Amino acid sequence: MRIAVLQFPGSNCDQDCLRAFREGLGAEADYLWHKNTSLSGFDGIVIPGGFSYGDYLRCGAIARFSPVMKPVIEAAGAGMPVIGICNGFQILCEAGLLPGALLRNRTLHFVCKMSLLRLETEGTPFTARLRKGQILRLPIAHGEGAYYANETILADIEAHDQVIFRYVDAFGKVTDQANPNGSLHNIAGICNEKRNILGMMPHPDRAWDQRIGSVDGISIFRSMLETAVALR
Amino acid sequence: MVAQVTADLIRQHGLSEEEYARIVAILGREPNVTELGVFSVMWSEHCSYKNTRLELQKFPTTGASVLVKAGEENAGVIDIGDGWAVAFKMESHNHPSAIEPFQGAATGVGGIIRDIFTMGARPVFFLNSLRFGPIHGRSANIRNNRRIFAGVVSGIAHYGNCIGVPTIGGEAGFDDSYEGNPLVNVFCLGVLRHDQIIRGAAKGVGNPVFYVGAETGRDGLAGAAFASRDLTEESKKDRPAVQVGDPFKGKLLMEACLELLASGCVAGIQDMGAAGLTCSTCETASRGGSGIEIELASVPQRESGMTPYEILLSESQERMLVIVRKGEESKVKEVFERWDLPYAQVGKVTDDGMMRVLRHGIVEVNIPARKLAEEAPVYTREVSEPPLDSEIMIEEVEYPDLHVSLLELLRHPTIASKNWVYEQYDHTVRAGTIVPPGSDAAVFFVREAGKFLAATCDCNSLFCRSNPRRGAQAAVAEAARNLVCSGAVPLALTDNLNFGNPYRPQSFWQLRESVEGIAEACRKFRIPVTGGNVSLYNESPAGAIDPTPTVGMVGLIDDEHWITSQHFKSQGDLIALLGPPGYEIGSSHYLKVIHGLERGAPPKLDYDLEISVQSLLQKLIRAGWIKSAHDCSEGGLAVSVAECCISGAQKLGATIQLPESSERFDVLLFNESHSRVVLTLDPNDWAVVLDLASGVPVTRLGMVGGTSLTISAGESTMSWGLDELYESWYLSVWQAMSALDL
Repeated sequence: MRIAVLQFPGSNCDQDCLRAFREGLGAEADYLWHKNTSLSGFDGIVIPGGFSYGDYLRCGAIARFSPVMKPVIEAAGAGMPVIGICNGFQILCEAGLLPGALLRNRTLHFVCKMSLLRLETEGTPFTARLRKGQILRLPIAHGEGAYYANETILADIEAHDQVIFRYVDAFGKVTDQANPNGSLHNIAGICNEKRNILGMMPHPDRAWDQRIGSVDGISIFRSMLETAVALR
Repeated sequence: MVAQVTADLIRQHGLSEEEYARIVAILGREPNVTELGVFSVMWSEHCSYKNTRLELQKFPTTGASVLVKAGEENAGVIDIGDGWAVAFKMESHNHPSAIEPFQGAATGVGGIIRDIFTMGARPVFFLNSLRFGPIHGRSANIRNNRRIFAGVVSGIAHYGNCIGVPTIGGEAGFDDSYEGNPLVNVFCLGVLRHDQIIRGAAKGVGNPVFYVGAETGRDGLAGAAFASRDLTEESKKDRPAVQVGDPFKGKLLMEACLELLASGCVAGIQDMGAAGLTCSTCETASRGGSGIEIELASVPQRESGMTPYEILLSESQERMLVIVRKGEESKVKEVFERWDLPYAQVGKVTDDGMMRVLRHGIVEVNIPARKLAEEAPVYTREVSEPPLDSEIMIEEVEYPDLHVSLLELLRHPTIASKNWVYEQYDHTVRAGTIVPPGSDAAVFFVREAGKFLAATCDCNSLFCRSNPRRGAQAAVAEAARNLVCSGAVPLALTDNLNFGNPYRPQSFWQLRESVEGIAEACRKFRIPVTGGNVSLYNESPAGAIDPTPTVGMVGLIDDEHWITSQHFKSQGDLIALLGPPGYEIGSSHYLKVIHGLERGAPPKLDYDLEISVQSLLQKLIRAGWIKSAHDCSEGGLAVSVAECCISGAQKLGATIQLPESSERFDVLLFNESHSRVVLTLDPNDWAVVLDLASGVPVTRLGMVGGTSLTISAGESTMSWGLDELYESWYLSVWQAMSALDL
């Protein structure tokens, strides 16, 4: 049972993701350099945050052409759990594995703070240990995190129950004030129709140790790990 | 460039007649134009510290935990136990930020991080200390101050966020004196094992010299020389002297260099910062007691037709010089090809002590490396001591509306919450930030080493203006106090000395006083100086900045249970003041913000009292009695208590009864006397705490609770709603920066 943490040039949450699995969960996880063309030996994939290729052109637009993305797309198609966090979410959208896009925050500034998320659905490999309606505290840190999709796609992902997390206030309400970046429908994370690929802007990789303010990220990673074991 | 060396050209290079004569004596001949350029940058203040070197020798640089001393290397290295060490340093990018705020600040971050990983350390966090002109108002100057402030903050965010190193704290101050000449001081700390310390020396005759990183272009030509002049209206023409940073390349370079250093094939390494290829070659040769020879045709270049002068003096970013052990060249190829970064073997280490630069085999530069790097002229500048500010009498100022006064102080951007700033910095990457920006000191868990570090930047430049010696002492004392408040023992400090033109006797006097003030305080507190940076010529057409000797200090927290933050924790806790009630208002923020007075002798530091307050606080924190601790600084006790109420996730009120006193109420609330800390504890522990205090003043002030802050002195009582305190403090900078006419 082994998790691959992809490393693109410019990834900068790769070390945090690896630690979260190894130290937070005691799981087996290893880096996988973007020039690799095989995922053999891995049972789950983490695409970490950062600034892959300096975010040049568009966030994630160049990383999707890295050699490693070919086996990732194949494995994802075969049902392997894949989580993309922050820049990883952007890469998943650029690669066409998830619908929609992440635009510049509406403040036009990078924003780093704690965010509150409400779990909108169950029945994914990432939510087995969570309950619908549960509120999670996870840090955000991004400049381009405003989720956007056209009306058809939005209606589609809502209809197929693909919205996993929404930004909410302390009372669990979806409000404009609780929306840190201007995401449509306050969307913080979505999955694909087959529900094995999750993209999210907030960082579970920065919430696995009470000392840094939250352990709510652990449940997401643990759920993923347990599903990956079951799929093996 | 075939120009002749003329008197005009010598002057344009900022070299005096005496300095030129010295160059001729060193070479035994006239220099060519390229060599003149090389001397001019190496002997600029920025690289040679020619005006300040004698002053900087006054700092204490030794201590049990010092592994690499100040000045020996790119950054000092301090032991933190269990075979682990930290390398840290602070550096300024004031001049470039005045001209081009975004790139100026961004390349400041890029430069300091290279200094740290050059030592073999993995950078783990940044701090910064910033100064700007006022930002509230509508005048053209104030709008420009906002533009500079916004540009600097996003420039720091641009580089720091991309490279994946959190910016976890610092300070920002706002005063007229920084209008047109902002200060951007950036601090970086890295962690390494003792056996990983790498030296910036060219050792081993015959070892190949590699150039790695970005290609050389014409950007930042002679930036070091630019930073060694006053800023004037003409400075805008110097915009090409500001470099452009590429944090993506910086990140790749950092990872590649750390990988290369870990492989053990590196004999020496130096970043190409100020004075670029020139400085890195002659300094490594000088430190290694060797010579160095490089071929310019082999240097990766971004533009065609660059002259030797341009290649040598370019300050293009994200470049390093690496000396590799002979026979291990393939390692460089392997690592840099993996990271898709340019690299080239450009020369070799020689045994003749010369820095020799060839182009297509023809000698362009031939200078004794050690004389160039180490034997720059050293000057003692003239000083002139102005009359010192006398004590100010409180009777000189009217008694204001105290309710409004506290809100005004909280609204002043120097005191107000900097959330608008730090929310733009990624301060949570590396998953180690335990006390985030906004408390007395940031606390970070270095997971690699299993160590808890606290760090802070401090300088009250109002104090320094009235009395630079006292102001500098205060900066050291406050930094140490902030660390102790967070549960740490101070380890060492780095400083960034920001002053005006050293040829002005009064500016130089300020510098000397500040250096002596820091040195004296460091000796008293037994805190070594591990290096730092001097930035002179901080002058705009309106005059020199206030003297600003910024101190960056690092402390170690041995037990994570000792980690303490400033905000009140729970209803019913007892509030106490550690230290005296205080009385000094000279050069206080109260006088400045409420009365428009920027004068009066600043508070005097009583070392014995300060040390006893800090050691008692350490003892109390270690015993587990303390729930929150916040020092009193700008705005005095009232601001300190208000911040304790409103800076946590949950706002908590307080009721305070000040002890009997003959002082006026405004003095009791807002004086800035040193050596004071606001504490909270469980009321049941009060007796024990009093018992432990043994002689150190500790006064019970009141209780945490309610939805307002109420402070009474004798018969008078003032009260503030938590919401009005919070809004004044939390939204002030945000409101200024959301103005549409930014």
